[in-house]
Amino acid sequence: MSNQDRIVAILKEVSQNPEVPAAEESLFEGGYLDSFALPEVITALEKEFSVKIPDSDLNPRKFETIAKIEQYVGARLA
Amino acid sequence: MTSIAAFGSWLPPRVVTNSELAARLECTPEWILEMSGIEERRYASVEEDVVAMAAGAAKDCLERARCGAADVRLLIVSSASAAQRFPGPAAAVAAQLGMGETPAIDVPVASAGSLFGLVLASQLSASCGPVLVVAAEKMSDAIALEPAHKATSILFGDGAGACLVREGSGLLRTVHWHLGSDGAFAADLRLPLAGPVEMNGRSVIMQASRKIPRAITEVLARAGVDARDVEAYIMHQANQNLMDCVAKAVGAGPERFYSNIRRYGNTSSASMLIAAAEWAGVATRHPGAPVCFAAFGAGFHWGALLAVAE
Repeated sequence: MSNQDRIVAILKEVSQNPEVPAAEESLFEGGYLDSFALPEVITALEKEFSVKIPDSDLNPRKFETIAKIEQYVGARLA
Repeated sequence: MTSIAAFGSWLPPRVVTNSELAARLECTPEWILEMSGIEERRYASVEEDVVAMAAGAAKDCLERARCGAADVRLLIVSSASAAQRFPGPAAAVAAQLGMGETPAIDVPVASAGSLFGLVLASQLSASCGPVLVVAAEKMSDAIALEPAHKATSILFGDGAGACLVREGSGLLRTVHWHLGSDGAFAADLRLPLAGPVEMNGRSVIMQASRKIPRAITEVLARAGVDARDVEAYIMHQANQNLMDCVAKAVGAGPERFYSNIRRYGNTSSASMLIAAAEWAGVATRHPGAPVCFAAFGAGFHWGALLAVAE
């Protein structure tokens, strides 16, 4: 399973919505996720990828789209 | 042994419903309730300024503590919405209470202010005597500034809360505390000198939902207390969804988190003490039961304080 697939699985679980936005589309602007879903997403990413995301990295813009989340996770795993 | 002897509060009589606010902000009352969990809030009149509200809460608290204003040895006033840059309201509040030359200090750290004040009081009362902590906010003035931002205008209300901390027994004995500040997020929630409240909501929620549970877990761990055994969590009343999020994160039932945000909105630093005053008036306290205070706000500043019912 690719990193993107794992991220999409998390988003589907948190949002309870199987229809995810396109990779470059905002997860928030269209209402797919609300602001309170982001902490859940972060916790799930930490668990799924066994990484600790420091508070200083939690700029919501870094987690705005699937593509940006994938980019961030990739950098943390490298 | 340091204890909180009593709480007090003062709320403006004018009720502002979601219907009134929705008409002004071009949205619906239902949207306001859904976004914030708030149904109504209080707005202070022109005469009911921060000093007047603070004095009202202080008098309520001192009466409940059976303590005269002249017996208070230090006054701490939290407010980030007072009418002028300096002096802050503390000295004027002390004067209104007839406190003579009792030292009075201002703690303008916004929403976490009453928690910071409570922690300071718990550490200072042994050396200086009874410490009165008052938090008073007139957020209606802040959100009236143009341009109006719907997302923040719906959240705030006015009011004041207070607590008296002194040596000896009382309502709650203070046990452990944890405070934190991180100025890297200073721009994410602020009230500029000449403008309305500015808030990066996603950042605030993201940081609050991590930092508050961590602070609570820290103080509970130091006391060997399980989160499920805390009789009441009394938090800064920022947002019902945030309180539910914190409850889930610490592993406690949401019913343990005292909430009155539906009726008063977010009264910034006053909210935790207003909630505490209400809770003290209705709760059955069980001696030895843990009670946890927590707050998060602009700065960012945050923390938690664990107390035990006496």
